[in-house]
Amino acid sequence: MLGYIIRRAMFSLVTIFLVSILSFAIIQLPPGDYVDSYIAQLQATGTPVSEAEAENLRARYGLDEPFVVQYGLWMRQVLRGNLGTSMQWQRPVREVIGDRLALTVVVSLAALVFTWMIALPIGIFSAVRQYSIADYIATTIGFMGLAVPNFLFALVIMYIGWSVFGLNVGGLFSAEYELQGWSFGKFVNLLTHLPVPAIVLGTAATAQGIRVLRNNLLDELRKPYVVTARAKGLSETRLILKYPVRVALNPLASTIGYMLPFIVSGSVIVSIVLSLPTVGPVLLTSLVSQDMFLAGAIVLLLGVMTIIGTFLSDMILLLIDPRIRMEE
Amino acid sequence: MANEETPLLSVRDLQTHFYTDEGLVRAVDGVSFDIHRGKTLGIVGESGCGKSVTARSLMRIIDPPGRIIGGSILLRQERNDGSGQIDEIEIAELSDTGQDIRNIRGEVIGLVFQEPMTSFSPVHTIGNQIVEAIQLHRSMDDRQARERAVELLTMVGVSRPEERLDELPFQMSGGLRQRAMIAMALACEPDLLIADEPTTALDVTTQSQILELMQDLQEQTGMAIMLITHNLGVIAEMADDVVVMYLGQVVEKGTVDEIFYAPKHPYTKALLRSIPNIYQPSRVELPTITGSIPHPYNRPSGCPFHPRCPDYMPGTCDVDQPQTVTSKTGQEVRCFLYTEGAVRVDGSGNSEKEERQWSHTS
Ligand SMILES: Nc1ncnc2c1ncn2[C@@H]1O[C@H](COP(=O)(O)OP(=O)(O)OP(=O)(O)O)[C@@H](O)[C@H]1O
Ligand code: SF4
Ligand SMILES: [Mg+2]
Repeated sequence: MLGYIIRRAMFSLVTIFLVSILSFAIIQLPPGDYVDSYIAQLQATGTPVSEAEAENLRARYGLDEPFVVQYGLWMRQVLRGNLGTSMQWQRPVREVIGDRLALTVVVSLAALVFTWMIALPIGIFSAVRQYSIADYIATTIGFMGLAVPNFLFALVIMYIGWSVFGLNVGGLFSAEYELQGWSFGKFVNLLTHLPVPAIVLGTAATAQGIRVLRNNLLDELRKPYVVTARAKGLSETRLILKYPVRVALNPLASTIGYMLPFIVSGSVIVSIVLSLPTVGPVLLTSLVSQDMFLAGAIVLLLGVMTIIGTFLSDMILLLIDPRIRMEE
Repeated sequence: MANEETPLLSVRDLQTHFYTDEGLVRAVDGVSFDIHRGKTLGIVGESGCGKSVTARSLMRIIDPPGRIIGGSILLRQERNDGSGQIDEIEIAELSDTGQDIRNIRGEVIGLVFQEPMTSFSPVHTIGNQIVEAIQLHRSMDDRQARERAVELLTMVGVSRPEERLDELPFQMSGGLRQRAMIAMALACEPDLLIADEPTTALDVTTQSQILELMQDLQEQTGMAIMLITHNLGVIAEMADDVVVMYLGQVVEKGTVDEIFYAPKHPYTKALLRSIPNIYQPSRVELPTITGSIPHPYNRPSGCPFHPRCPDYMPGTCDVDQPQTVTSKTGQEVRCFLYTEGAVRVDGSGNSEKEERQWSHTS
């Protein structure tokens, strides 16, 4: 068991290293660099930039050095907790995304909770009552949830929220809390704003979850151990929850780690539509303007979050699947 | 089947059908037999003839889209107030999720089946699963139930039972798992143990150990055993009475001696011919039953065995269904060869005299 934990941890560290190289490389991929697009921007507004000025800018950001050196410089700063300066915002990257990253995690977790609160009971119900009318309805809604783009769904919900309930949906805070520091009131305010983005962002994952759980469970329900349990005289409800659901959940636990980045990356457009102060929109603008340090930091942090998420779901699996615990 | 005692369980004209999208499968189509206390009833037949569905019907654990659509399963139980009064329970009419059938499952009828790999939940310990079986029908606290589980594992010959209880199924061998399975089925001392091919997945040595164990346990507890197998050798060793099934019907029924020394039905005879015989020269290929089992959706007309039957009588066997006839000794057979008034076309098979011993039953 200890061996398993160490192996998973080592694996995570190696992956983090690879992700750091990859995130840096991806940012380097597009032709030209930030200075090019900065100059283009200035020229577009009618301000000419001289060659010397351009070279100056390049030297200041280390853009002349070879890839490995640039990567080394960047990593050294990152390890010191300094994610560099956003050229676009002219502020430290940490300031630009600090709060947003935390709020991204909060919104993603809320979406995750919503996903499982809905997917678990519906998935179980539709497997146990396979081919019933309720199963058909659940399956159809599930497919619609998968097929409808999130941002469209967001617009629909916003429209309904606004026209039917007279709510001002969008954002994570009411106007009066937006610029304030953290307080209990602000926290409560955040909680009341969470359901809409959680539902919008969690819907696709919920549909996916229902489908996977239903299929897993249908497989498990046909296994001989279910017949054994029934033949003991166990009631149907207890039987299903104790045995097949339990076994069907195992593979799902390992998907939690993947769902986090899935939600974050899926959230860019939705975040813009719902004007959520998360990292999604910032990632988009930083990529458009080739704000290298900002984009690199976001990609790296999302990557690391994924890896940590995966590691955590491995640990959850260790908790719920005794086979892994007893293997060694 | 000369057993005067009232049977523990009487199955009459049981019909269990599956309503699948592809069509209707008459998995069990008019099966009747009795099971007696302390005796072993062997059920034999080729794959797909409805042995497992029959067994599961008795516990009402048929998977959808299967349903019992007719017949009766009468369970006789002595009332436990010491009055000696016998209660009759019609299992075929119980709700299959209700409390009544759940009181019978595990408590009156225990089940052991083929797959020792997958018959236990892979993520719960053996102990957890056995203790659960005990506590469902006995008011014991965890410690008492665990002691009982140790006792059960000891009884079925599992060494180091204390440690085994905390193991997961994948940590045990197939033979051990099957022993644990038997222990679990016997947790509440059922009156009937249904063993559906309990040894098919095991090697020969383990197989005979498990069979011996079942015989010992039967002697100790006086329980009835319903043993399902396609292995006639196992039947010869274990059974008192034998039911031979073909395509959801009982084609022959008798004591183990009758079936082995005086088989009547052409199908039974064919089955017996296909047993390996040590006196046969090894070059001789085993005779197999000609033809293959018909597809469940296209049942042959008339006698379902007629396309494969060496004694097939055209104009009779493919037109009408033979009825069951019973001999004076109680041996039953379902074949036109033994039906009075049947038109014999060729001269093979049974003499006139023998035929006259048989009379109709309905
Ligand atoms: N869940 C099911 N759905 C549809 N048909 C089924 C189902 N279970 C069994 N059957 C059908 O019922 C018939 C009898 O099956 P059963 O399992 O009782 O055979 P068996 O005699 O136990 O065979 P085996 O020796 O292979 O175990 C088969 O034709 C099978 O196709
Ligand atoms: S009824 Fe006819 S076909 Fe069927 S077993 Fe008897 S002889 Fe063969
Ligand atoms: Mg079977």
